[in-house]
Amino acid sequence: MEALMAISIGVLVAAAAYLMLCRHVLRFIFGLVLISNAANLTIFTAGRLTEGRPPLISYGADAPVANAANALPQALVLTAIVIGFGLFAFALILMFRAYTSLGTLDSDRMSLAEPREEKK
Amino acid sequence: MTWLLATPLVLPFLTAVAAFLTRERSSGRWVSVAGNFLFLIASFLLLARVLQDGIIAGQMGSWPAPFGITLVADRLSAVMVVITAITALAVAVYALTDINRRKEYLGYHALFNVLIGGVTGAFITGDLFNLYVWFEVMLISSFGLLILGGKPEQIDGGVRYVMLNLISTILFLSGIGLLYGMTGTLNMADLARVVPTLENQGLVTVIAMMFLVAFGVKAAVFPLFFWLPASYHTPAFAVSAVFAGLLTKVGVYSLIRLFTLVFNGDTGFTHEVLLWIAGFTMVTGVLGAAAQNDMRKILSFHIVSQIGYMIMGLAILTPLAIAGAVFYLVHHIIVKANLFLIAGVAERTAGSTELGKIGGLYKTAPLLAVLFFVPAFSLAGFPPLSGFWAKYVLVQAALEDQGWVIAGVALLVGLLTIFSMTKIWAEAFWKAHPEDRDPTLAALTPTARGHLLLPIGSLAALTCVIGFFPEPFIAFANDASAELLDPSGYIAAVLGAQQ
Repeated sequence: MEALMAISIGVLVAAAAYLMLCRHVLRFIFGLVLISNAANLTIFTAGRLTEGRPPLISYGADAPVANAANALPQALVLTAIVIGFGLFAFALILMFRAYTSLGTLDSDRMSLAEPREEKK
Repeated sequence: MTWLLATPLVLPFLTAVAAFLTRERSSGRWVSVAGNFLFLIASFLLLARVLQDGIIAGQMGSWPAPFGITLVADRLSAVMVVITAITALAVAVYALTDINRRKEYLGYHALFNVLIGGVTGAFITGDLFNLYVWFEVMLISSFGLLILGGKPEQIDGGVRYVMLNLISTILFLSGIGLLYGMTGTLNMADLARVVPTLENQGLVTVIAMMFLVAFGVKAAVFPLFFWLPASYHTPAFAVSAVFAGLLTKVGVYSLIRLFTLVFNGDTGFTHEVLLWIAGFTMVTGVLGAAAQNDMRKILSFHIVSQIGYMIMGLAILTPLAIAGAVFYLVHHIIVKANLFLIAGVAERTAGSTELGKIGGLYKTAPLLAVLFFVPAFSLAGFPPLSGFWAKYVLVQAALEDQGWVIAGVALLVGLLTIFSMTKIWAEAFWKAHPEDRDPTLAALTPTARGHLLLPIGSLAALTCVIGFFPEPFIAFANDASAELLDPSGYIAAVLGAQQ
């Protein structure tokens, strides 16, 4: 199970790196989505994988059964997903504004904040 | 005791809500000023308590330490919260005039106070994942502030700023995940206890490097700084002042916290890397500044070179060096925010911040010239202003540690800083205005003058006070450094009896 997770994280990071190296800003954003999911899976895997053992506490006991799933990484991943979603929504809107006001999404041609010297 | 820790955290958010509800009327701006005044009082109460009782910790929701979220304030955290409050109040007063109605309507004051709340949270949290959440709070409000108004330059600068910061966030998150996988805890004090007992110290160093890159992007160190000068000169002056003062310093604070508390096992490697980074950050920052011709761009590059000094203190890791880094942090936030505020007044009176288009400020606005003189020469390290003592302590620490090269670099960069400050002085203040205009402060209405000059004057006065009476501040920095280098007190305060 860990091996499968490790491979899928690797694939996600590789695809993300490819997308993020593009000059097109929209592809960069999609790369960002992939790599943030890779980060979430990393947390999830690092926090021990179990199958079919929900972290439930039976009535009267004050601890879950032994080797139950670790609930903390799930909570962390949930938080990270929510935050990541908010940031992604913001980034998309920003790209839309960038396209309407700059007229391009090619990062090489976005040069208002740092104007280049005119070529002679 | 928990309320004392929670109050400085809750106040900015309450202020933000109140400011958002009143954003359609002009009362929103006064809500922001009043809220930040209360925040300043709360932060001083916290500092006084820390000075009296030592490190204080509070468990949120009364969950015991490694499980719940811990808020903890030692001397460094407390003084950072106080400086945050001072900067926030100064900028809130400045914003009374600097921020126009449209930006107020779009929610400037609410975003600003959320930003301040995020910064405060990052300073007083004792939990790594919680630190991530505060970083995000800070980040999303800074995105909003950066592009508020929607000028094309702002959007362009914003794209770079957003991208780089999102990448660093993801690295930070992955580092947290791996560290949790190795140790089973995310409480910083608990980590400090568990990490030295791990068998695989090599992996710890790898994770340390991930955190170094993640915080390095936030702190704008070499070679990860280029988003900063690309974006900091675009938003409103009040916004860039609070960014320049506080945002990068949260990265520096996190580096100091984690590399003294958790990642102090393999200092031969990690702190050597930090030392190289420090040297290159100082040099590239100041060279970048020398090449620019816009006041705000020069000042942005100076942020980078000054970050190098703080990292240098952390890298040397002697008690004196850490004390120097703490002193530098405090001095730098005040001075840097002030310089950006002054650039705003210069733009208002002379018409631009581009050095080629302005001039004559010394002749016709001598008060502004004096107010510029104080932070500019403090930044460059002229005695007896605060920057001199900060640099003096750091260079002395480097010499005691036989770091001749880094001490030489620090002194050289100080000289080059003077060069680019004299460039601003000669171009903006000394030479005549190219359009034969006489930029005077009288061009501003009396209320605007009050709102703009009161915070600048107060921050300049604070710089002078630190410069003329450095003993209590250096003594405080020494105490803070002793606390940082001996984390047992921190661990005991957080984990209490159960360790």
